[in-house]
Amino acid sequence: MAEFNSKDTAAFKGVWVFCEQREGVIMSISYQLLSEGRKLANDLGVELCGVVLGSQVKEDYLKALGGYGADKVYYCDSPLLKDYTTDGYTKVLCDLIEDKKPEIFLIGATNLGRDLGPRCAARLHTGLTADCTHLDVDVAKYKEFLKTTSTIDVDNTAFEENTNLKMTRPAFGGHLMATIICPRFRPQMSTVRPGVMQTQPYDEAGAAKTVVEKVAVKLDKSDIGVEILEIKKAAKKMVDLIGADVVVSVGRGISKDPEKGLAMAQDLANALGGVLGCSRAVVDAGWLEADHQVGQTGKTVHPRIYVALGISGAIQHKAGMQDSECIIAVNKNADAPIFECASYGIVGDIFKVTPMLTEAIKAVKASK
Amino acid sequence: MKCIVCVKQVPDTSGVVAVKEDGTMDRSKMPTITNHDDLAAVEAALELKDATGCEVVVVSMGPPPAEGMLRELLAMGADRAVLISGREFGGSDTYATSQIIAGAIHKIGVEPDDIVLCGRQAIDGDTAQVGPQIAEKLHLPQVSYAAEIKVEGNSVTVKRLLEDGYMMLKVNTPCLITCVKELNQPRYMSVPGIFECYQKPLEIFDYEALKDEPLIDPDTIGLKGSPTNVYKSFSPPVKGAGMMLEGADKATVDQLVGILDGKHLI
Repeated sequence: MAEFNSKDTAAFKGVWVFCEQREGVIMSISYQLLSEGRKLANDLGVELCGVVLGSQVKEDYLKALGGYGADKVYYCDSPLLKDYTTDGYTKVLCDLIEDKKPEIFLIGATNLGRDLGPRCAARLHTGLTADCTHLDVDVAKYKEFLKTTSTIDVDNTAFEENTNLKMTRPAFGGHLMATIICPRFRPQMSTVRPGVMQTQPYDEAGAAKTVVEKVAVKLDKSDIGVEILEIKKAAKKMVDLIGADVVVSVGRGISKDPEKGLAMAQDLANALGGVLGCSRAVVDAGWLEADHQVGQTGKTVHPRIYVALGISGAIQHKAGMQDSECIIAVNKNADAPIFECASYGIVGDIFKVTPMLTEAIKAVKASK
Repeated sequence: MKCIVCVKQVPDTSGVVAVKEDGTMDRSKMPTITNHDDLAAVEAALELKDATGCEVVVVSMGPPPAEGMLRELLAMGADRAVLISGREFGGSDTYATSQIIAGAIHKIGVEPDDIVLCGRQAIDGDTAQVGPQIAEKLHLPQVSYAAEIKVEGNSVTVKRLLEDGYMMLKVNTPCLITCVKELNQPRYMSVPGIFECYQKPLEIFDYEALKDEPLIDPDTIGLKGSPTNVYKSFSPPVKGAGMMLEGADKATVDQLVGILDGKHLI
């Protein structure tokens, strides 16, 4: 193997997606990233590869990655890779990257992906951009993206022509979006939160065509510095925000009486057949657990109805909900940024408006 | 044994956010706080000090005013502080930042029974990258998202949070652990602590002090050397396509529900 040099950008080719598995099952974020990676690979005219690390992962699951766009699947099998360890996964992945040299490497920003990504980037000597909300390689497509999502006068602005990965994320405390590039090092690495990218429909022909290549794993128990004593799943059922049809979210506006605020939001969610979400402030205050959080560092949702109660609407929150079909915002501050993306806005006290809204919805539903 | 704790001073975004004309955050007009996850790391170190008498060293990279935050941490009970500060370090991305901090920690010295503690992520960038990247540069095993830490001799047991549960992990010192704020309730500064904090040592590591550190490559630090750069930054457009309803009473609510019903949304 030739000496690995992350500065030798011309030596790198292809788009890779880390396809995380837990208990032998591929996580859905992998399909989202493959769908997105497919577009990038098409624009670059290169192969899209999925990379799976695990132990005795079913062949069908590996082939299925082709149904979401992978031309090829690298599968690294070892009993030591059954469950995630930072050291084991970093070593095997970096060995493979140093050998095959992909130009782009995407990782899901799960709790484990956010442990693995930075460790790999530091070892490979390259940049990593966290929690991206949009990816492009083609400048023309990037310009199209800016036309609908920015205030830039795109046609009268100079853009440097290149096929660097353009990684867009909210930045600087949430009042600005930034597009980041990693021009001098490869691979260009990016993490993406679950739910941000859309999964493309499954393609049988793609699954049949994809090639699974089993990679020889060089990993010894002594390479792993952390021992797993136990893995426990929470007894509590997690909120399925991403799949929800209706999300009713609360923000700092409930601080006057958090208990009552949560109860009335839950009532409204029940009336609409939806689930309870929240802004980051609510999680930070300890009123709800993190699995309820909508936003850049929480979940990205696309429900039919999104109700924002007492949420001011920081850009990080908007990043997680602005593509909802119908957004209803209630806030006592008429200048709250949430109204900028709301389909319908009511300026008023959420403690008064919410119960009335719940009753009105119940009445309409009862009359049907 | 000692605990080296990495902390960051961040703008307090829970209140009013000051914005410059170009849309960027005006940090000079905003109050600063110690990042929440980092405070949990400091508290974890102080609890270990209470139990074992180990030394606690707090380390921060930032502009000179970050010294005030470090003094507060000394008043909480930390023994000494290091402020990494220099123009050359400004504009560093996470790769460059972790390289500089790793160099500083190497200069402080990591003994076989030491633990490096960080917060999981800072509220201004939310990347959660610097902790693991420091661990890699220092060749230390890492455990991130720690919600419980137990130390027995040189063996550390950590409850590491997953989205839907947790992992119990065992690691030997020296190691690096990133902490979530749920780990503990940070203590307040004590009155004697406040008197003592100005007597405690606070060292400044500038570029001169760190440039010969083997872990630091002067070509990959600061704004110019960082692997990632800003290609474009932009403000999202104001959509304004929405409809603001009059009033906030029953008539308003009925109007809204009427619209939703008409669109078959409910």
